[in-house]
Amino acid sequence: MTTIDAPRTPHTPVTKNRRVNWEKWGWLYMRASGILLVVLIFGHLFVNLFLGTGVKQVDFAFVAGKWASPFWQVWDVLMLWLALIHGGNGMRTIINDYAHGRPRQVMLGLVFAAVAILIVLGTLTLVAFDPCPTGADPSLLPSFCPASSK
Amino acid sequence: MSSQVARSGAATSTKIRGPKRPAGTLYRGREGMWSWVLHRITGVAIFFFLLVHVLDTALVRLSPEAYNSVINAYKTPLLGLGEIALVAAIGLHALNGLRIILIDFWSVGTRHQRLLFWIVIGLWIVLLAGFVPRQIMHIFFGGA
Ligand code: HEM
Repeated sequence: MTTIDAPRTPHTPVTKNRRVNWEKWGWLYMRASGILLVVLIFGHLFVNLFLGTGVKQVDFAFVAGKWASPFWQVWDVLMLWLALIHGGNGMRTIINDYAHGRPRQVMLGLVFAAVAILIVLGTLTLVAFDPCPTGADPSLLPSFCPASSK
Repeated sequence: MSSQVARSGAATSTKIRGPKRPAGTLYRGREGMWSWVLHRITGVAIFFFLLVHVLDTALVRLSPEAYNSVINAYKTPLLGLGEIALVAAIGLHALNGLRIILIDFWSVGTRHQRLLFWIVIGLWIVLLAGFVPRQIMHIFFGGA
């Protein structure tokens, strides 16, 4: 009598496959980052778009006021990394579904480059931020700057 | 010889025509499929917005004037409506993302995936009912 393997029996025995299963960790990352992003993004939208005068309150002084607090710095840097990697990995899934060969490689490269460049740019923006740049128009500076006219 | 037999056999058998439209299945054309389609479209849209948004925020390093002049575009009526579309897209993607997570990790999540989809739609409408009037107020009647 011939027998067949049970459904979903791995082609390679699990015990012999000692390589890191990146797809599994990527799958898990999409879910873990998703839960964190719900809190981070809705908190971000609530404070910037809902409270106060909404989008009309957003200007340089508003951002400087937020980033004067380590709380919002950490919030925004977490959101930056988690969202870009989540979105980039999601784009990778979609590209793998529809594209093949050279176009696929090019598109994967573009997504990877965009994510890497924006993570670096965004992190630098936050870390190297100067809320009171010298020589700036005093009316545009947050009230806590010595040069501010607010 | 055998190919001859097969050919004549095919010629005499009646042809079965496929259905004009793909037949429905448990998945196709139903909540499962549409939630997937919407999750994909919103995911891509949010990704491209995020690329722009990191760039415009980086202008704070250039000068207060540069940042303010670009961010003022977000306050126009047109982009004010754009922000409604953005919140709608993120809201749907986030709520359906939580649904996906429940289907994956909750023992009865798969069984109730269809109900979960309609709960997502319900919560999404509540979210927009809270945001849209407020945004319209800010954009069309707000100061600054
Ligand atoms: C707000 C909280 C969010 C939650 C709860 C969430 C959740 C999820 C989940 C669970 C998946 C499915 C992954 C899979 O099928 O393996 C996913 C896919 C995806 N997400 Fe998100 N996500 C969120 C935010 C974002 C953001 C901010 C972006 C863009 C930067 C994004 C872009 C994507 C993309 C492009 C996909 C791939 C869609 C597909 O494969 O069809 N998501 N998300």
